[in-house]
Amino acid sequence: MVAVLASAPEPVTTGLAIELRNVSHAYDLPSGRLAVLENIDLVIEPGTCVALLGPSGSGKSTLLRLVAGLEQPETGSVLADGVPVEKPDPSRVLVFQDPTLFPWRTVRRNVALGLEAQGRLKTEGHRIDEAIARVRLTEFADAFPHQLSGGMAQRAALARALVNDPRLLLLDEPLGKLDQLTRLTMQGELLSLWQQSGFTALLVTHDVEEALLLADRVIIFSDRPARILGERRVELPHPRHRGGAELIALRREILQLLGVSEAI
Amino acid sequence: MADTTQTAGGALASSALFGDIWRNGLLAAASWLLAAAVTVGFTDVVPWGQTKLFALLLVIGAGAFLELAFTVHRLGAIGRKLVHYGPWWIALGLWLAAWEVSTAKLGWLPKPFFSPPQGLLHVYLTDWDRLLVCVLYSLRLWGLGFFSGIAIGFIVGVALGWSKRFSYWGMPLLKLIGPVPASAWIPSAFFIFPTTFGASIFLVALASGIPVIILTASGVASVNRSLYDVARTLGADRRFLVLKVAIPAALPNVFVGLFMGLYSSFAVLVIAEMLGAKYGLGWYLQFQTAYSAYANVYAALILMALLCSGLVKLLFVGRDRLLGWQKGIVQW
Repeated sequence: MVAVLASAPEPVTTGLAIELRNVSHAYDLPSGRLAVLENIDLVIEPGTCVALLGPSGSGKSTLLRLVAGLEQPETGSVLADGVPVEKPDPSRVLVFQDPTLFPWRTVRRNVALGLEAQGRLKTEGHRIDEAIARVRLTEFADAFPHQLSGGMAQRAALARALVNDPRLLLLDEPLGKLDQLTRLTMQGELLSLWQQSGFTALLVTHDVEEALLLADRVIIFSDRPARILGERRVELPHPRHRGGAELIALRREILQLLGVSEAI
Repeated sequence: MADTTQTAGGALASSALFGDIWRNGLLAAASWLLAAAVTVGFTDVVPWGQTKLFALLLVIGAGAFLELAFTVHRLGAIGRKLVHYGPWWIALGLWLAAWEVSTAKLGWLPKPFFSPPQGLLHVYLTDWDRLLVCVLYSLRLWGLGFFSGIAIGFIVGVALGWSKRFSYWGMPLLKLIGPVPASAWIPSAFFIFPTTFGASIFLVALASGIPVIILTASGVASVNRSLYDVARTLGADRRFLVLKVAIPAALPNVFVGLFMGLYSSFAVLVIAEMLGAKYGLGWYLQFQTAYSAYANVYAALILMALLCSGLVKLLFVGRDRLLGWQKGIVQW
C-alpha cells in the first residue's frame, strides 16, 4: 500500500495560510435567527494539519463553508494568504461527510469533475488516473458510485479533491459515516496523503482520538454558537500510537475542556 | 415424471424444452391448423373476401411452428423469446379459431359491427395505400407536436426549476393552466390558429409539453444542494451547474414527464385528427365509422396499437441509454 502511494508523482504544492479575523455568522431560519459562530479568531500556518473539534452541530461545518468561500461571514473576514475569500476556488477543496459523488458518473468521471469544470480536461486529463491510483481505486475506475462501499466512495471523493492539487483541503468529518475498521485504515491514508502533498488541512471531527492522531493542532469549540474554548498542540511524530501516554493525557485535557466526564 | 407435472401445471411451466422438441411449438402448430380447418371447412354466412388467403396464412404459420418445434433451440436469443411466448402462440391460434366461428361461420356477433379476421385482411390488401398515407400523416402531426412540445417543455421546466424569478411568475400560471386537459383547448385553438393543422400541432405540443414542464421543474428544484456545493468548490460556473449538475440530476424525473406526455399526446392527436384533419388515423377511424366500415376501423385500431406501443418502446430504449447508471439503484 505504501509502495503504491509512494509511486505517485510528488505534486509540488505549497499549503495555503488561513486567517479568520473576528468571524461571526448566523442563519435566518423560519423559527428565528440562529447564531452559529461567535468571534472566531484563528491563524492556520501553511502546510499544517489542524483539527476543529467540538460537539456535533456546533458550527464547525459552517466555518469550513466560510473558508471554502461557499458563504460569506456576517461579520469579520476570512483571509487565504492574506487575500479575502470571496468565492469558491479549486485551490480550496471541501470533502463532505457524505461522499456526494455524482450518481450518474463513474468514479473516473467523478474525479474528472474539477478539471472538466475548469476546462483543463484535455491538457491535464492524465492526472485523473494518477489521483485514482493514489487512493487505490484503479480497479473501480469505471464503477458507478452505488457499486462502491462507503470507504471506497469516500476515497473516490478524496481523489476528486486531490486531482486539483489543492493548497487547502477542508475535511468535514470525512470519516464520520464509516465503520470502525475502515475508519482506522483511512486515517492512515489521509495522513500519508497529507504528508506527501504539503497542503494545509483543516479537519472537522468530533472524534478526539482522530484529531489527536492526525493533527498538529487541535482547536476546541464550544456548543453553538461556536466559540474557541482552547487549543492543544500535538508535537508528536507520526505514526502516533493510540495508547501513548501523551495522547491519553491530551485526550483527558480536551475532554475536560469540553466538559465531558472522565469516565467516557 | 417432470413432463407430466408440467402438462398439468399450466401453460407457463410447459415452455421448457421437451428433449430437443419444443412441445408448445407443436401445440401452436396444431392450434393454428385448427383455425385454418375451421376457416376453410365451413362456409361464411356472407362472403368476406379473403377467406382462402387467410386460411393459407394460418397454414403457413402452422408450418413455421412445426419446423420451429425442432429447430428453435438453435436460434439463440430469438429462439428463447419464441419459447417464452409459447403459450401465447397456442392461445392466438385458438382465439383466431373462436373469432372465425363466432363471426364468419355462425354470425353470432351482430353484423356489421364485428368483422372476421379475413375482413381485416381484406382491408389491409385493398386499402393499404390510404392506410399508409394516414399513418404518415399521423406521424407527421405527432412528430411536429410532440418534439416541439417536449423541447419547449424541457427548457421552460429547467428555467422554472432553476431561476427563482422565473418560478415566481411562471409557477402560478403553470399550476392554474397545467391541470386543464389539452382537449379543452380544442374549440378555441381551432379558431385562434389560421390553419387546423397549426392548431393540431399546438394541441399535441401542449399535451406533451405540460407534464414535461412540471416534472423537469420539480426535478431541477429538488437536486441535492451538496452536489452544487461540490461542483462550485471544484471551479464550476453557472453554465456547468445547469448543464452538468442540474440537468443530469433531473433526468430521471424528466423521463417520467416524457412518458406522461407521450401518452397524453396520443389522446389529443386522435381527437384533433377526428375533428380537423383531412388524413391521419384518427380521421380514418371517424370516416370509416360513418360508413359503417367496421373492418376498416379495426384494421386502423391494430395499426394504431402497433404504432403507439412502438413509440413507447423507443422511449424506453432512449431512457435505458441515458439512465443506465440507475440500474441497481431503482427498480424499473
